[in-house]
Amino acid sequence: MKSTLFSLLLWFLALPALAALDPGVVRQLAAEDSDDKITAIRQLGASGDADALALLKALADDALLTTPDGRVFLMPEDTALDAATGAAIDPAPEEYESISINNRIRAELANAIAGLRLLSAERATRLAAARELQSNTGIELVPILERAQSLENDAAIRKLLGFALAQANLASPDPAIRLAAVNVLADSANPATRNLLLPLTDAATESDPAVREAAADAIRAIESHLVIGQLLGQIFSGLSLGSILLLAALGLAITYGVMGVINMAHGELLMIGAYTTYFIQTLFRAHLPEWLDWYVLAAIPAAFATAALVGMLLERTVIRRLYGRPLETLLATWGLSLILIQAARVLFGAQNVEVANPAWMSGGVELMAGLVLPWNRIAIIGFTLFVLGLMWALMQKTRLGLFVRAVTQNRPMAGCVGVPTGRVDTLAFGLGAGIAGLGGVALSQIANVGPDMGQGYIVDSFLVVVLGGVGQLAGAVWAALGLGVVTKFLEGWSGAVIAKIVVLLIVIVFIQKRPQGLFALKGRFVEN
Amino acid sequence: MQRRDFLKLSGLTLAMTAAGLTSLPVYAADPIKVGILHSLSGTMAISETALKETALMTIDEINRSGGVMGRKLEPVVVDPASNWPLFAERARQLLTQDKVAVVFGCWTSVSRKSVLPVFKELNGLLFYPVQYEGEELEKNVFYTGAAPNQQAIPAVEYLMSRDGGSAKRFVLLGTDYVYPRTTNKILRAFLKSKGIVDADIMEEYTPFGHSDYQTIIAKIKRFAGEGKKTCVVSTINGDSNVPFYKELGNAGLKATDVPVVAFSVGEEELRGVDTKPLVGHLAAWNYFQSIKNPTNDKFIKMYRDWARKNKLPNASTVVTNDPMEATYIGIHMWKQAVEKAKTTDVDKVIAAMAGQTFKAPSGFVVKMDEKNHHLHKPVFIGEVRADGQFSVVWKTKGPIRAQPWSPFIPGNDKKKDVPEGA
Repeated sequence: MKSTLFSLLLWFLALPALAALDPGVVRQLAAEDSDDKITAIRQLGASGDADALALLKALADDALLTTPDGRVFLMPEDTALDAATGAAIDPAPEEYESISINNRIRAELANAIAGLRLLSAERATRLAAARELQSNTGIELVPILERAQSLENDAAIRKLLGFALAQANLASPDPAIRLAAVNVLADSANPATRNLLLPLTDAATESDPAVREAAADAIRAIESHLVIGQLLGQIFSGLSLGSILLLAALGLAITYGVMGVINMAHGELLMIGAYTTYFIQTLFRAHLPEWLDWYVLAAIPAAFATAALVGMLLERTVIRRLYGRPLETLLATWGLSLILIQAARVLFGAQNVEVANPAWMSGGVELMAGLVLPWNRIAIIGFTLFVLGLMWALMQKTRLGLFVRAVTQNRPMAGCVGVPTGRVDTLAFGLGAGIAGLGGVALSQIANVGPDMGQGYIVDSFLVVVLGGVGQLAGAVWAALGLGVVTKFLEGWSGAVIAKIVVLLIVIVFIQKRPQGLFALKGRFVEN
Repeated sequence: MQRRDFLKLSGLTLAMTAAGLTSLPVYAADPIKVGILHSLSGTMAISETALKETALMTIDEINRSGGVMGRKLEPVVVDPASNWPLFAERARQLLTQDKVAVVFGCWTSVSRKSVLPVFKELNGLLFYPVQYEGEELEKNVFYTGAAPNQQAIPAVEYLMSRDGGSAKRFVLLGTDYVYPRTTNKILRAFLKSKGIVDADIMEEYTPFGHSDYQTIIAKIKRFAGEGKKTCVVSTINGDSNVPFYKELGNAGLKATDVPVVAFSVGEEELRGVDTKPLVGHLAAWNYFQSIKNPTNDKFIKMYRDWARKNKLPNASTVVTNDPMEATYIGIHMWKQAVEKAKTTDVDKVIAAMAGQTFKAPSGFVVKMDEKNHHLHKPVFIGEVRADGQFSVVWKTKGPIRAQPWSPFIPGNDKKKDVPEGA
């Protein structure tokens, strides 16, 4: 915003002679009544004037000021500049406030600014402006859209302008123009267009039967596009939830699934990972503000290391003494979880801490009309794949992985051939804990980070591991994705509260029928 | 299991609080004990921690100007940890063990409902500082937040007006407990009285602490795509608001297309959120930090100084909000009533509360109603700005009287506007 103001200042200082804005219209921007403001905005928008663009941008940024007697001015730095002429006002007004705008005015402003930007020399600016004009484009924009279209030579922008112009022309008094507009919009696959077309199917608001019929056809065409988008969106949100469940459960798949330790403190290892992310973010804010956007990458190894260290410490001090006694393990690890939660409260306070998404993980990509995939969720799905690959490689391709598998399959025999079983246990538990830490990094990007955040994931994690089949990594993957997609489809149908209950019921019934889970290792070992 | 877990933790917290209290300076003339009952951990801590700080600040302010009737106030802080049954236990402890003269506390209606029987049984006095669903009028409670006609109804009326976007379709989205359910019941009846049909109203609830709003945002988008201007009325409470607003921003749902008006989101809840994609979304309250007047300037400065002096987390960015203002008003009004009654006796203070007035940071003189235990308050509707503050786009001419029994719920016309037994 500062740079906008600065360029604005330069503009006004350099081009005072060009400021050809009507002072009456500019004054009207400060009118009490919204309708007066909107008339003024439309007039400025239709002018095609670069100064009008700067002025409207200032209004949108709350930078346009007004005095109680209705003078309108800008105040970049310390000098007040008259908004219409660009001349300095001396002395600067004592009493002033920024001109207030509401959503209705903001929508008008966005359209007027986009309309003016269509005349920009830069392709990217024009493209963004044309995209902006894909919803609620009013009839007042027709002249500027026509002018922009006649000047435009980029095919993509021309197409968008065609849609925008058609939207604007829906309000045209001439039925022939309306009919042409409706036919253009049939190809647009834009949910906003659908809303604009709906009134045209109604005999009360549309007199021409040909237009009504064309509008109904266009809506059907758009709807068929939208259904696909909605289905894809639901599958994506299911995959996203599945990937989060998987990240939360993967560590447990090692400690519980492979090693057989019922670790109730698993959720707290996630929490440690999330707090490590917060800690790294704080370090970056204090010492490397220019690299702040990349703190997440630094947090990944740090969270792995911290959680793994804590995990190994727990294994060495408590869990190792309780192997083969599941009930005691359960109670002891639950006690550990309470200690860890309280430790987090003491260290970081009981309130949630703020972990911000880096800029590159904010916002989303519009895959098709009506389907926006948020970057943070895409990043987490990618991260899950990365962690999964890492874990697979560790378990299948390294000596440590071989030892872990050997020890869990037959501990005495592994010991006989010289595997240091005690050390392997510690390392394996550390690996599981470290992966939980990685899960914590991902969770910090989408959920709240607080001392008891882990409690919310412990049940889900056990669900995934048990459902997938204890001792099975592939099972955990399928179980997590399955649970994610099923939950999201149920949520769409019944709401979040019921969906949670139904999913639990489904899992209980499933485990009753098939206690070994989705995938079971067949006949290779004897139950003890 | 859960409860035992909480008990243990709160035991610890309590021990720590007690340790903290003993280190406070001890006043000579026996002080008046005042209870503060706000969640300092769990899902509601995001909202309630600031209220505890406000209460402590106000008590400090009163003590420095000579206390109440020459006696100092001594705060007793407990942490009910967003655990509703624990609220009742802590309330009982405050009233029976600590023997406090008054309690300032609760945020969610479910916590207030949990402590109510305790206050009635022991004839305690509770000041409740948050907007709520109404449908309640108790002798032992003073409600310094808004009733539905002082917040929810004006907000929806604004959305239906031309400047609010002439909304025709409504999504009523809330956390699953008594406040959102009742408010939405009232709103549904109100909307019907304005000619909105059931097909144009969608109601959705999520559990406390819910963090995955993808499906709901997708549903809202689909609902909004069925023609007519749509808006969302959010009664989501607690830290779920952070993932909700994050998802809203990421999914590109702009306020100019589908405005969201929230009743439990203020400056404090938005502190942890990047508000640039949220510009234009709305909140309805009886106070905003951005309101300009000398009383408010003083209030904001006092809280900023308090935060700095007590080294609160992120002390440089602290904000004030409506329930904080209501807490501040409540404590001052209680002080005035005690001075009028010349005793802290609950029944006498209740009688003295009627008609008390106070110059509030909202810029208006607010008055405690003579009968119904609610404040007369002004209503403001604000739009989120890029800096996380709100710019007021609509306000009432002056304070309006609360209707705890909403006329939009059948049978309420027969209920009396005074608490039973008063």
